[in-house]
Amino acid sequence: MIRRTDFLTKNYGVPNGWSLSVYEKTGGYEAAKKALAMTREAVVDEAKKANLRGRGGAGFPMGVKWSFMRPHPTKPAYLVINADEGEPGTHKDRTLMELNPHSVVEGCIIGCYGIGAHVAYIYVRDELHLSKARLWGAIDEARAKGYLGKTPFGKDYPVEIYVHTGAGAYICGEETALLNSLEGKRGEPRLKPPFPAQAGAFGCPTTVNNLETIAAVPTIFTIGGEEFSKYSSLHYLNDGGVRLFGINGHVKKPGVHELAVGVTIRELVEDIGGGVLGGRRILGVIPGGSSTPILRADEKVNAPDEKSPLHPWHGKSVLDVPLGVDTMRGIGTMLGTCCVTVLAEGTCPVLAMHNLMQFYRHESCGQCTPCREGGAWLLGTVEKILDGHGTMADLNTLTDVANNIMGNTICAFGEGTAMPALGFIGKFRKDFVAYINGERKRSDARLTIS
Amino acid sequence: MAFALSEERDRELRQLLERYPTKAAACIPLLHLCQDQAGYIGDEVIEFVAHRLDLPPAHVKGVVTFYSLFNQHPVGKHQVWVCRTLPCALRGAEDVIKQCEKKLGIHIGETTANGKVTLRTAECLASCGTAPMMQVDKEYFENLTHDRVDEILSRLMESKR
Ligand SMILES: Cc1cc2nc3c(=O)[nH]c(=O)nc-3n(C[C@H](O)[C@H](O)[C@H](O)COP(=O)(O)O)c2cc1C
Ligand code: SF4
Ligand code: FES
Repeated sequence: MIRRTDFLTKNYGVPNGWSLSVYEKTGGYEAAKKALAMTREAVVDEAKKANLRGRGGAGFPMGVKWSFMRPHPTKPAYLVINADEGEPGTHKDRTLMELNPHSVVEGCIIGCYGIGAHVAYIYVRDELHLSKARLWGAIDEARAKGYLGKTPFGKDYPVEIYVHTGAGAYICGEETALLNSLEGKRGEPRLKPPFPAQAGAFGCPTTVNNLETIAAVPTIFTIGGEEFSKYSSLHYLNDGGVRLFGINGHVKKPGVHELAVGVTIRELVEDIGGGVLGGRRILGVIPGGSSTPILRADEKVNAPDEKSPLHPWHGKSVLDVPLGVDTMRGIGTMLGTCCVTVLAEGTCPVLAMHNLMQFYRHESCGQCTPCREGGAWLLGTVEKILDGHGTMADLNTLTDVANNIMGNTICAFGEGTAMPALGFIGKFRKDFVAYINGERKRSDARLTIS
Repeated sequence: MAFALSEERDRELRQLLERYPTKAAACIPLLHLCQDQAGYIGDEVIEFVAHRLDLPPAHVKGVVTFYSLFNQHPVGKHQVWVCRTLPCALRGAEDVIKQCEKKLGIHIGETTANGKVTLRTAECLASCGTAPMMQVDKEYFENLTHDRVDEILSRLMESKR
């Protein structure tokens, strides 16, 4: 069921919608006032009730993550906001920074207080110049009003927020790579443990939250955690609230929309996205950024067991399953960033995989051999197949290489490369074979449809 | 010649240093300040940053080579980045790239003979909902059409700067 809301997006499109005056006209900063009057423990409890699954891709419950933060006898704590938005197909955080930056600032104030931090760093990828300017503008406005600084809203709990910039590296979206980058190093992911809550930024206890995650916090404290959670039709799976859904690729109306959690891919494509370009049928859908394996339009849910959370959709098309963290996992893919990429019939899946493998080849940080070398092998082998020089053995090589990346790397970028590769090879095997048999040629392959 | 920041940028550096518990954390923002001034990060800039932040030059060099937005060699006055990743490719990025190459008379990775424009491809720039798109210096241009690309590039080639 589609349920539109506008907690985060009500001022999208309003003249100067990003300014403090517009934000305050609709109740802005009341949530921070309220939260700062609560105890820290109560703030974390309220956050837990919201069942907000991290919006950065992994879907970890935000309140639980906050509860990992323990005061350290000598070290300060930090809140770090991940606005590196680089996962191909993801275009939602940027709209918040440009059009509703005060929700981020207010969320940071509450978040800092909840986890016991006095400083928040918002790590924004360098290319997003307007986003950075809007965030700085919001920070300056909030500080001028006394909402930031030594005594926010009169409370003796200093909070400062700074925008920090990257320099063009997708891997810096991985939270420990991001921390290294924040510390002025190469953006190479760290071995875990220790986890950021134990030793994060500058060796201190740190919470890393996605930008949309933190921007949703004021809403939670305005309407209450449980109320927030109940907006979702997946509330019963602890997947609560409302979030930004993106839709891109071969749809008539691409864009970003705020909806209650629980819409299906079909609803997003047909009702929100206006249907597929040229009235074509769907070839496949990438549910939440390029690292999430593609779904075919003709796949059916197989969950005969009544205890399975997916049983209600047994026998139905995967496109009719609600977009949720556990539901997408249940059908062999991932929710990821909740921005859907649609490929229409007529698109070449081999060429699509080739495009993505170029991305992964380019963005591997190079620390782990399976990722560094495997990425190159995957790209080289698809290229060979596309060019008509591939053999059936090459198809097996692709699978072997991808399987050897899985579980053998420092960070999840490895899986993020291997899983979509395995998805394309497994689900569109016939297309790969057509190149190998010489039935199809690269010169005829298209990614665009007319 | 040794590199030095302009007075205004030096003031920005001092502000930067107040934000972090370590000097090293200012490394990437400072490199951006230097590149804004010099256009690229040469050895003098690396020495300067290392000196100001008490870092070994090898550390700074390691950082510069890791991130794709730091130019290790001189580039054109203006930077054109066309996004090539799948969601943009589904909506015609390939045609935009070809059009740019033709109009500017250069290939991806090259700079026009008058030193004005460097053309490159970018990986997903978080504008997939408004694809195809390109970035020109610090500005995004989205929902590109053939005419729009033509107009943007013409303006760029004719600009005084
Ligand atoms: C390769 C890779 C890239 C990532 N990129 C991003 C990103 O751009 N933005 C983001 O918020 N999270 C990204 N993540 C997830 C973060 O590591 C982390 O889980 C997230 O920022 C935590 O915030 P959340 O719990 O609020 O979602 C990435 C993870 C990996 C493995
Ligand atoms: S998996 Fe890839 S990106 Fe992650 S640390 Fe290893 S080499 Fe780097
Ligand atoms: S793929 Fe081009 S902006 Fe995302």
